[in-house]
Amino acid sequence: MTAVAVESLSVRLVDAAPPVIDSLDLAVDDGEVFGLVGPSGCGKSTLLRVLAGVNRDWRGSIELLNLRPKPHRRFRGGLRRDVQMVFQDPFASLHPRHTIARTLLEPLRLIGSERPRERMLQGLSEVGLDPRLASRYPHELSGGQRQRVAIARALLSSPRLLLLDEPTSALDPSVQAEILNLLVAVKIEHAMTVILVSHDMGVIAHMCDRAGLMQRGRIERVLGRDELDRV
Amino acid sequence: MHWRTDCATSVTRAMGERPLLSVRDLTIRSVTARDRPIVDSISFDVGIERVALVGESGSGKSLTARAVMGLLAPPLEARAERLEFDGEDLTRLAQRRWDRLRGSKLALVLQDARYALNPVLTIGRQIEEMLVLHDKAVDRKRRTREVLSAVGLADPRVVRSYPHQLSGGMGQRAMLAMMLANSPKLLIADEPTSALDADLRTQVLELMCERALTQAMGLLLISHDLHQVARYCDRALVMYRGRIVDEGSAAQLAASNHPYTRALWSCAPSGRTHGSRLPVFDREAIGP
Repeated sequence: MTAVAVESLSVRLVDAAPPVIDSLDLAVDDGEVFGLVGPSGCGKSTLLRVLAGVNRDWRGSIELLNLRPKPHRRFRGGLRRDVQMVFQDPFASLHPRHTIARTLLEPLRLIGSERPRERMLQGLSEVGLDPRLASRYPHELSGGQRQRVAIARALLSSPRLLLLDEPTSALDPSVQAEILNLLVAVKIEHAMTVILVSHDMGVIAHMCDRAGLMQRGRIERVLGRDELDRV
Repeated sequence: MHWRTDCATSVTRAMGERPLLSVRDLTIRSVTARDRPIVDSISFDVGIERVALVGESGSGKSLTARAVMGLLAPPLEARAERLEFDGEDLTRLAQRRWDRLRGSKLALVLQDARYALNPVLTIGRQIEEMLVLHDKAVDRKRRTREVLSAVGLADPRVVRSYPHQLSGGMGQRAMLAMMLANSPKLLIADEPTSALDADLRTQVLELMCERALTQAMGLLLISHDLHQVARYCDRALVMYRGRIVDEGSAAQLAASNHPYTRALWSCAPSGRTHGSRLPVFDREAIGP
């Protein structure tokens, strides 16, 4: 089954400039880890932001988890729970003046969780964080701990599609290894589809079942596991 | 046994010819937090060779470079038993001498050209400024063209460009050209390729190493990437929490049996690690 089907997707960020994404096609299977790799400016992050519903100014056709979001509209209903994203910079993606508890409780309230506090503490231990960190602010955590919080936040609504935008490129190599191990573990636990954007071919080859090489707003080639093994 | 023991190059050099840069018991601490030094009594020499200072963020490698350049700002302060560059005692250098030294015999390339270059001067003007400050006799226009083409920026438009008109890789090469303009004896490069794409990384590193070899220049490369260092350097010093915990020949990094070096070396993901857990190290085991 297909989790994500994109057909002739185009995105312009500036009206007169050439499109950042240029009639792009993409199909990702249910339960697959799909990688997007390419040089800076190739449109990989923009594609992810469209699939997350952050960038709504696009043309073409998108099918996400059997629903068809429309351009210029916010995601509605199930998609808002089922599609979650982890951003590159854990310093910028968490509210600096909200405690970790508040950051995690907000989405739980939105989805009407039964016992939000219990679920929040459980979410923290799932990503390997001490529940006592709940009362801390982001600046009191290390970069790796912050990225764990961002992953915990994304997992709270039990998403079916997890979008990862360079989740480890702001981290030290040894911390990157810990976060990649965590992502592999939660992927198995939650049986999600994952789309991972990275400029690091090593990260893509370690994580993905298939990967698309992006260049100037298009997917030029899709690599299978046999090709990724050689990276 | 670590490979610290079998690699005695720095010792032999100290006995024979004098190293370019000699650091003994360099300690950096913050005046406001007296308890634990950020860099804790490290010693190393750099001769006419390519030496890497590797470690993760917070290990003190950038501060070490800044201390050598005399660029530490309060509340940080450095103390050293010896800090010598090319026969000069850096611990008691007057400001005027520092101004002469920095940018001529001793040069520093920083991580991100977008912040390191002056945004309101053209590349040509910035390189000429280096020559005005240090070498008044030289034909500035010609020398500027020479150093720019040496870093692969022969296009005459580059001279007239402002930093924002260049790509990240071009900016980084322009900064390198500027630092090479006065033929330094020692070039310190602080993560010179971290802000660049994979292709450009190779290009900039190869350029620096080639210059180091052909101009008989010492190179101190600061990096967090062990694999990169193993390819481009002669020796490596591994820093962890302010101390040099491991050192030896860069080609032998993979064979080190220090737990930190081993973990750093093997934690890099690749196609071969697919489906397996990446090794992570026990921070407690390495000590405080």
